[in-house]
Amino acid sequence: MEANAEVQVPARKPDNRRRTSLLRKFYGQRYLQVMALLGVAWMLLFHYAPMYGIVIAFKQYIGIGEIKNAPWVGWEHFKAIFEDDMMFQVIRNTLGISLLKLLIGFPIPIVFALFLNELRSLRFNRIVQTITYLPHFLSWVILGGILISWLADVGVVNDVLMGLGLIKEPIFYLSEPQYFWAIVIASDIWKEFGWSAIIYIAAIASISPELYEAATIDGAGRFQRMRYVTLPSIKGTISILFILAVGSILNSNFDQILVLKNQVNESMSSVIDIYVYEIGIKQGRFSYSAAVGLVKGLIALFLLLLANSFSKRMNQSSLF
Amino acid sequence: MFTSDRRTSGELWFDRLNVVGMLIICFVTLYPIWYVLVNSFNDGTDAMTGGLIYWIPRQFSLENYEIVFSNAGIMTAMGITVSKTLIGTVIHVFFTAMVAYALSRKELMFRKLYMVMGTVTLFFSAPLIPNYLWLRDLGLLDTFGVYIYPAMFSFFDLIIFLTFFREIPDGLEEAAKIDGANDFSIFVRIVLPVSLPVVATIALFHGVWQWNDYFVGVLYTNSDYLQPIQTFLYRVIAQSSSNQIVGATGGAINRTVTSQSIKLATMVITTVPIIVAYPFLQRYFVKGLMIGSLKG
Repeated sequence: MEANAEVQVPARKPDNRRRTSLLRKFYGQRYLQVMALLGVAWMLLFHYAPMYGIVIAFKQYIGIGEIKNAPWVGWEHFKAIFEDDMMFQVIRNTLGISLLKLLIGFPIPIVFALFLNELRSLRFNRIVQTITYLPHFLSWVILGGILISWLADVGVVNDVLMGLGLIKEPIFYLSEPQYFWAIVIASDIWKEFGWSAIIYIAAIASISPELYEAATIDGAGRFQRMRYVTLPSIKGTISILFILAVGSILNSNFDQILVLKNQVNESMSSVIDIYVYEIGIKQGRFSYSAAVGLVKGLIALFLLLLANSFSKRMNQSSLF
Repeated sequence: MFTSDRRTSGELWFDRLNVVGMLIICFVTLYPIWYVLVNSFNDGTDAMTGGLIYWIPRQFSLENYEIVFSNAGIMTAMGITVSKTLIGTVIHVFFTAMVAYALSRKELMFRKLYMVMGTVTLFFSAPLIPNYLWLRDLGLLDTFGVYIYPAMFSFFDLIIFLTFFREIPDGLEEAAKIDGANDFSIFVRIVLPVSLPVVATIALFHGVWQWNDYFVGVLYTNSDYLQPIQTFLYRVIAQSSSNQIVGATGGAINRTVTSQSIKLATMVITTVPIIVAYPFLQRYFVKGLMIGSLKG
């Protein structure tokens, strides 16, 4: 409404007066407006302006000169996506890793929070929380460095497995593609399970103690209390987080995979985000990379909106 | 938590196993960090020849650290990391909080429009290459500014600030207004000081991100003197470009260090600030996290 008043041509007197009073109001909050508009300016400069570059997905741009001078090619790059032999592998890796992370990694923080809640010593509870949050704050470069050294031929994993007599020859884990998914999923769980549990721990903390007392009086054991008191009380939190996790299924952990991937394990490690990076920056196919990135961004947007509307409907509360 | 002292033997065993399980989890979490620490304090050539070292240094040595600290390249990278973390975090927190405060005021004209513009940024952004080209055209490639300006604002963090600012009683601001203070000085003098928990939370998240990020350095910079320590380590670890590390070992006359042992010492030095700062900030972030509902 206010925006309309701003652009209206002042034809009659009442409008004129209204316009002056709006201007006066605007002037009155000029400090606030400058503060807000600086944020808007940032968004325009660093978020909206780069979107102009998306046009190169419809052009043949090779990185030199101005984008507007590059020749138009229409949908050519998008058609090329369907003929790209790498595409199947890249999508399979993205969805495979994401779905397995979801399947295995999603329940673990919940189970962890449930058992943490049953600890009798609050002090010990705090200590365990502090320790398990820690890996979340370490970078993937450091963890990648540890993993690469542990998984090497003379690394901890081979040493332990050979010591136990489980394998006879050392295995080059990161050079054999079939181990890659397991490595990525296990290390991601190791890094994030404690942190992901925070939200459940908070949800559990807000459960009324009376519920537990009542359950105990009714003769419920520890597992029954978990099953019939704790779990139902955090069901809402679980479903929201699950929906949002499904919504971001196309986003693989770029930082993690970029550190751990190499040319030998490429067939199992190349995911969409990595592919967009490599064909764009390393091979210089700017236009094609932008086309793949755009399609991925649009599908991801659709999934996120879908997930958001689902969680809105379920809990009358959503992220945004 | 529930102090009924008459535990059945089943309950007793549950508690014991639970504690044991948690201890195992803590061990699994901490051990890899311990392993790196121990090996970084071990003589490099000894570590390479005599089997793996699991618990304590076999041949204690500070040489790895001496070499790291006397290496100009590593120290420059460390300096870049420290400065981009400090500068980037201060600017990010101040700028994001400032915009959030303006948007938290109901009387702000066009507030809806600004909010919609911000919300869009959460759902869709330009793909990697268009973004890269734009920063190139802005002249930000291979400059220190590329670490700061594109990261100085986040709408996600703005929402967390916004939720917190709404809880501040209006009375505080009204009193200052009567004294003739403008909105900016109300924000700086009154709103920021009472928002310490949320400021600390966002500072922690952004600071950790700045400290840990290696990809901005990989993607947008070429010059060695501009690469942060994480980018340096990425190139050494993942791309096994050991030139820089070999350069570092070359200076030593009695070489008991290896590229591996220097790598480990660098990793420890890179991680120590996070581990030291972490307990101080931890008490804030759990609280701050709950204010902003979800993040991470």
